[in-house]
Parts: sequence; C-alpha cells; structure tokens
Amino acid sequence: MSLDLKKIPAESFERVHIDSSHAERISKPSLSFWQDAWLRIRKNKAAIASIFILAFIIIMAFVGPMVSPHDAETQTITHANLPPKVPGLEKLGIFDGVGTLAGKEVDLYEMKKVDTYYWFGTDGLGRDMFSRAWEGTQISLLIAFVAALIDMVIGVAYGGISGYYGGRVDDMMQRVVEILYGIPTLVIVILMLLFMEPGVTAIIIAITLTGWIGMSRIVRGQVLKFKNQEFVLASRTLGASNGRIISKHILPNILGVIIINTMFTIPTAIFFEAFLSFIGLGLQAPDASLGTLINDGYKVIRFQPHILLYPSIILSLLMIAFNLLGDGLRDALDPKMKD
Amino acid sequence: MTKYIIRRIVYMFITLFLIATATFFLMKALPGSPISSASKLPPSQLAVVEAKYGLDQPIPVQYAKYMLNLAKGDLGNSFQFKNASVTELIMNRLGVSVLIGSQGLILGVALGILLGMIAALRQNTIWDYGSTLIAIIGISIPSFVFATLLQYWLAVEWSIFPVGLWKDGWMSSILPSIALAMGPLATASRFIRTEMIEVLSSDYITLAKSKGANGFEIAFKHAFRNALIPLITVLGPLAAGLLTGSLVIEQIFAIPGIGEQFVKAIMSNDFSIIMGTTLFFSVFLIVIIFVVDVLYGIIDPRIRLSGGSK
Amino acid sequence: MEKILEVKDLELSFHTFAGEVKAIRGVNFDLFKGETLAIVGESGSGKSVTTKSIMRLLPEHSSEFKNGHILFNGKDLTKLTDKEMQKIRGKDISMIFQDPMTSLNPTMPIGKQIMEPILKHRNVSKSVAHKEAVDLLRLVGMPKPEARMKQYPHQFSGGQRQRIVIAIALACNPQILIADEPTTALDVTIQAQILELMKDLQKKINTSIIFITHDLGVVANVADRVAVMYGGKIVEIGTVDEIFYNPQHPYTWGLLSSMPSLDTAEEKLYAIPGTPPDLLSPPKGDAFALRSDYAMKIDLEEIPPFFKVSDTHYAATWLLHPDAPQVDPPAAIMERMKKYPGSRYYDGTEGGTY
Repeated sequence: MSLDLKKIPAESFERVHIDSSHAERISKPSLSFWQDAWLRIRKNKAAIASIFILAFIIIMAFVGPMVSPHDAETQTITHANLPPKVPGLEKLGIFDGVGTLAGKEVDLYEMKKVDTYYWFGTDGLGRDMFSRAWEGTQISLLIAFVAALIDMVIGVAYGGISGYYGGRVDDMMQRVVEILYGIPTLVIVILMLLFMEPGVTAIIIAITLTGWIGMSRIVRGQVLKFKNQEFVLASRTLGASNGRIISKHILPNILGVIIINTMFTIPTAIFFEAFLSFIGLGLQAPDASLGTLINDGYKVIRFQPHILLYPSIILSLLMIAFNLLGDGLRDALDPKMKD
Repeated sequence: MTKYIIRRIVYMFITLFLIATATFFLMKALPGSPISSASKLPPSQLAVVEAKYGLDQPIPVQYAKYMLNLAKGDLGNSFQFKNASVTELIMNRLGVSVLIGSQGLILGVALGILLGMIAALRQNTIWDYGSTLIAIIGISIPSFVFATLLQYWLAVEWSIFPVGLWKDGWMSSILPSIALAMGPLATASRFIRTEMIEVLSSDYITLAKSKGANGFEIAFKHAFRNALIPLITVLGPLAAGLLTGSLVIEQIFAIPGIGEQFVKAIMSNDFSIIMGTTLFFSVFLIVIIFVVDVLYGIIDPRIRLSGGSK
Repeated sequence: MEKILEVKDLELSFHTFAGEVKAIRGVNFDLFKGETLAIVGESGSGKSVTTKSIMRLLPEHSSEFKNGHILFNGKDLTKLTDKEMQKIRGKDISMIFQDPMTSLNPTMPIGKQIMEPILKHRNVSKSVAHKEAVDLLRLVGMPKPEARMKQYPHQFSGGQRQRIVIAIALACNPQILIADEPTTALDVTIQAQILELMKDLQKKINTSIIFITHDLGVVANVADRVAVMYGGKIVEIGTVDEIFYNPQHPYTWGLLSSMPSLDTAEEKLYAIPGTPPDLLSPPKGDAFALRSDYAMKIDLEEIPPFFKVSDTHYAATWLLHPDAPQVDPPAAIMERMKKYPGSRYYDGTEGGTY
C-alpha cells in the first residue's frame, strides 16, 4: 500500500458541516401502486401491442358491420361462395376475387357478374363474411365479458365472505366448493346446455355455473392472508366497521389479483363458447358467433377456405391478445404470483 | 396421509353421486320421451317400448334402478344403436381415444418440458422468446382451429398424412395427436420455464455451484427435479383439456373414439349415451385429479414425509 | 506468514436497467494461511459481492470485472475459464451461506449432497465417499450420522442444516472457507454453537476463513483481522484489537458506537445518520463524508488513500494526513482507545510503547 503523501493545501482540511438529514433525502419520486404498475406494463411490448389489437378488434366488432356495404343477414344466392376481394389490393394480385373452380383459377366475381366487393368473401348463402365475422365477434365478446363479470361478482362475494367471516361459515362454504370443484366443467356445461334452450343466455349460465369457483378460491386465500395483517388489526383496534375494513383495507389490496384472474377468465370464456358452438351445443342459426362461423367454415374448408380463415384469425388474435395482456398485468401487478 | 386419502375418496363419491343424480333428473326433466323423439311409433307400440326400457314406472323407481345399475357399471342401453349397451359402446371406442390422448399428452408434455428448459436456461435470448411464442400460441389458438389447419395443410394440400377416418392405422393417429399435444405443450413449457427460473435463482443452486458443479449438473441433477415435481399439479387440468380437445379433434379427423360418439349422440339426442359418457368423463377426471394429488404427495419428499408423520 | 489469497484493486459493476452499479470500487486485501479475516459493513457495502466475486458466483450476464486481480496461489481467478473455476470451487475454496433453510436442495437426500463435492473433486469410489460423508457429519456434530444420510433437508432444524452446509463446505479440506453471514439466520444459542464449531474445525484442518458479517460481536469472537467496508471500498483494515481499540476511520467509529455494550452506561445507542451511498452514481471523494461529523473539504473532493497506522493497520481517511487537524473521536471510542497500548489516548501504565 503506497503512501503517496503529496502536498495538499491547508484549506482543504477545513471542517465542513454536513446536515445529515440531507443525506436521508430520497432522490426518487415515490409512486403509487397503480403508477408503478403502469410504468411496468408500459415496458412490456407484448402487453401494449395486445391492448392495441384488442382495442382494434373491439372497435371493429361494432363498427365493422356498419362500414361494410353489405349487411350480415341478407342472402344473395347469386353471390354465394365468393372469395375475398378488396379494392386497391386487387391490383397486387391478392384479394382479387380469384378462386378455384373445378381445378382452374378463375375470377369468380367476373364469372358470376358481381361488380361489388366482398372484403372477406361470402358464404354458401351469399352472405357478406365481413359483416358476419364482426357480428360474430360481437357475440363472442359479449358472452365472454358477461361471463367474466358474473364469475368475478360471484367469486369475489363468495370467496370474500368465506374468507372474511371464517370459522363455521367458511367451513360450510368450503365443503360446498370442494364438491363443486370436483365436477368437471366440461360435463356440467354440456348437461346444462342439453337442458336449456340454446342461446346466448344458456351459454353464459353454463360457463358461469362452475367458472366462479376459481375466483372464489383465490379471493378467499387473499382475504385470509390480509385479514390478519397488522394494518387490518390496527384499523380494527381503532374501531373500524367490517364494511370499512373490507372496502378500505382488504379490497384495494386484492384488486390486482382479481383483475389478473378476470383477464384470464375472458379468453377461457371465449374459448368455451367457440368450443361449444363448434361441437353444435352453442348458438343455433341464424345467431352466429366466432365458434359457429368456424364450424360452418370447417365444413367447406376444401373448397372455400376463406370462410374458415377470417373468424379463425380473429378468434386466435383475441385469445393471444387477452393471454398476453393477462401475463403483462400479472407481471406488473403482482410479480410474485405465478399461474 | 391415509386420513387425507380416505377423506378425498369420500368426497369423490359424493361428487359422483351428485353428478349421477343431476344427470338423471336433468334427462327426466327434458321435454318428451327420448323414444318419441327418436322414432315415430304409434302410441300403442310406444307404450310397449317404454315398458321395455322401464320408462313407464314412477320416477323414484327408475332412479333407484338407474343408480343400482350404475353401481354395477351398467350405463343402460343406447336408444340409437339397436339397444347396444352403453358401457360396451364406450369400451369399444375407448382404445382409440386413449391412444391419441396418451400420445398427445406424452408428446406435448415432453416437448413442453424441453422448450421450457431451453427457455429458462437461455433466458432472455432468442431461444427464450421463441419458446414463449410457441407457448402463447399453443395456449391461445383453440385446438379445433389448430387441428383444422393441420388437416388442411399436412393432409389435404400436401398429402403427407391421412386426412382422417382411421383407415391407416397408426399413421392416422399422428395428426390428431399433434393437435392434442399443443395444449399440454404450451402449459408444460410455461410452467417449467417459470419453475426453472425460480429454482435456478435459489440458494441451493448457488451452493451447488459453490461445490464446483458444472452447468449440466446444475440444470439436471439439481434444478430439473425440483422444477419437474410441481408439474404434476397441472396434470389434472391437462387431462380435462385433453378430454375437451378430444371431442372436437375426433370429430375433425373422423376418429371412431368416445369423443366423436359423444358429439354424434348430442346431435341425435341419444340420451343414454350422453348420460353414460358424461358419467364416464366425470369418473375419469375425478380419478385423475385424485391420483395426481396423491402422486404429488408421494413424489415430493417434503410433502411425503410431513404427511406421513401425522 | 504465507499469503494464500491476494485481492488487488478489484473493481466490479452490475449492469441494471437503471444503469451501471459500481458495487466494488477498488478493494485490496490479503488473506494469510490459517487466519480468519472478518469483513464487516452495512448492507450494500459490497462485502457479500466481494466474496461472491472470489467464487465467481455472480450472474455472468449482469456483472463485470472492471479492473484488478484475485490471486489465489498465484492464479488470477478473474481470468480462469468456467471449467477451471469449477475445479477450484468446492475443492480449494468453498462457501457457507446465510440461510441454511434454503441453501440445501429440498429433493435430494443430504448424504448425496455431501458426497457430491467428494465425488466431483476427488477420484474416490462411492462407498469411500459415503464413508467420508458420514465422518463429516460426525465431525460437524450430527448425532447418528449413518442414519441421517438418507434424510431430506426438511427433516433437520436450522442449526443442523447449517452443520450440514458446513460439512459440504469442508468435504475437500478447502484452503479457503468463505462464510457469508453463516449465523445471521439462526437463534442466538445456535449461533454460538456454530461459531464454536467453525473455530474448532479451523484448528483441525488449518483452513483460512473469510467471515462476512455485520455483527461486530461475532467479529470479536472469531476473527484475527478485520476489514471494514463502506460504499464498495475497504475503509479500514487491521487486527481485531486495532480495529476495536484503536479505530481511525469515522465510519469505524460510527459502527463501534452503534454496537450495544454491557460496560457502557449510556442508554441511547448511537445510530449513523443518513443512508448508504447510491452506487449508481458514487459520491466524489470519501463516500462516508456525507454522513460524517468529521468531514473536511477535501473529503468531498478526493478519495482518501490508505494511511499506515501500523504494519498491520491501515485506514483510508484524510484525518490521518499529517496536515489534517487533530480531532477527537466520540467519547465512547476515546474510552476504548485509552485501553490500547499504541493509541494516542493510551493512559495505561503497564508498559506502553511510549
């Protein structure tokens, strides 16, 4: 260790007084939980892209049928089974209305003397697939959102009551859940749909019948965790009512978990609706959802692949976007939570 | 542990009893007799047929008979297939479903573990992003969309595999198995990735490193087992997913399995097959979840011994 | 005394989203054969990072050696390949971690975990390794070692698990044992047992120990020499007596004053004001100046070099510069210094150096 004693000007050794409270200053601005979560989710490119995709699909679900020159129900038999044709893009050799007929590539629009454009083509009854696809999206989203909302309300209430009141109430409520949890969702949904008139309401009821259980278990676990924490006990010591404790102390803390779980319920509901419609238990004609459209398209896949293509793309995009957004929210709101 | 198992078995039976009862009464509550909708018989003959199926007896008697038969494993007779026993119908078709189901599960879980491991060991590289992308697609794209695409490209357009119909033996099982594998693949790879990353950052991995273990030993001797054990917990949901998938995939590939039979029964209102298959599915899933839970207790030493000492 | 490890001008940074964190900013120390060197300092002072960098256990993608060497028997550990490093870890240098509850693999029987380094580094058969593992368990005071080889970590208490971790660390008679706060997570009574065990074992196998802690009571108990770290640098290093009874750096004064003691009558414990420096943008000059009551102008401008106090005792503070004004340390520290022959406050009569 070299001791290089260079000459140092004497005034350097003057004492300085440093206010030590100054050293305690925290240089970073403090962020609220939600600001922090927003900053984190903003960094997640996949989640942000998902928000845009979802916004686009949701807007299109309502605007799409309106901007299309054709409406979804009108059947124009002479316009049946037309491939997609889009103005502008047709010059590029894609979406130009050319399809195969008896093994040969022909412009079906010319052949059938159709001088209008069907952006997504038409189905076997000459209905505009563009309008139909977006109206189907509307129905699928409606079912998913309503089902997720009902799951959330029932799940939070049931899990919250069970966890907060505990004891005998909790015991009883958990026995019920334990039995219900054993019933496979698939089985109960199929049974309910056989029993009820097929339709949007029936599907929502069938999906929510056991859908809330997952949420209630998570909420109960969270409530149990928080209700014995010091800040809740402190509030109780100060005479806060149950209502106040729940609304001011417990709910804000479990909100993140509720949101994340709901975000994953939505794609599950979309999938279940599509699945049921695909196996023929879902909506009945003339009602159409993405699932029934895919089912229709599947039947003619060899000849009219476009009928299957667009609803499948929309459905897949919806699922991917909701899953990615759910992942992003989970990372942002509760980094420790898995699955 | 024994106490836990007994408790679980009791709950299993309660659940099954409830499902069976619910199924029975739902079917009874359906408008019209299954026979009247299945065939157009004059009333006199209808009565004969109804008597043959015991449908003329009071509901409680029918219920008691139904439950007794169930206990014997008799699921009743099909209305559609000339009085064939439902149990037999299911058993005849079970093999095919089990084959593609287990192939799909094994393929999916094995590939999923591989992808998850790669993603975790090469975190934040192109490998990781690629495997995450596959997983997200696997979870998001419904199996019937995926199956349709597979069939369209690999079978119809390129003719690599048979389109379906189960005419080419094992070759026919490949595409359906791949379609079924996507779900388990996605679930397993995401699960293993999260678990591995957590395990790799744990203290005992640092200790293993400080012992001089190399990368391979760290990943496989120390981390892998710890990450793999919790995967057992998702096997239950995976089995349920496979079942759901098999309904549509057997339909798409025209495979003579129980899923396809079930969907056909729904179309033709063959209630005894619907009831029988529903119950069969329930038993299958409930038993799987039970076995998985017990298995987890046996494999994870932490649970095994703390449970055993009680 | 034979030098076994030499850390020279070590600088290491972490790359984080917020920027480059300069966790170690020029650390120098030597470790001699058979001695125990304690490294003390508050959280974030760089003491754990220093030892993890000796073992090269820091995440490779986010940490970077900026400068300096770590010479172990003449080999520079910072330059070794992963393969060469794996041969040293667990054999020549091994480590004990802070939390015994999490540092054992939960799904592997403990016997296998002890045998692992033996099989890895020494060319012996499984049965020999097994026998040695049993001996090691006996050595660390585990009752019925034979029977416990097949058991899993959760079947042991915290203290027992730390004994197992020590057994693993000692499996190949390492030349250096790094103990990263090995007693912090344990009950006080267990702490004492583990410390006794470590002292015993050190005598038996003549290993050198680097002991990281923030507990000065433990330091007094086990160490031969002490290095005080602050803000990614060593600010004072010396023998235990020198650091405890003749401290020179204001930070060491603060540390010692904040240690509860039975023989002082003071009721209030001293707390060092402020927070540790932000190593994303380390302060110019003496990192402790902002929290020090003894700061001088130069402290804010230039990093103090090491000033020699004795052959074994160095401190990095401008107060030791010959031109610096004489200041008196806090009263409690002065009391301590009065007892130490060689300090300028020594008032003893029993044969001082002056």
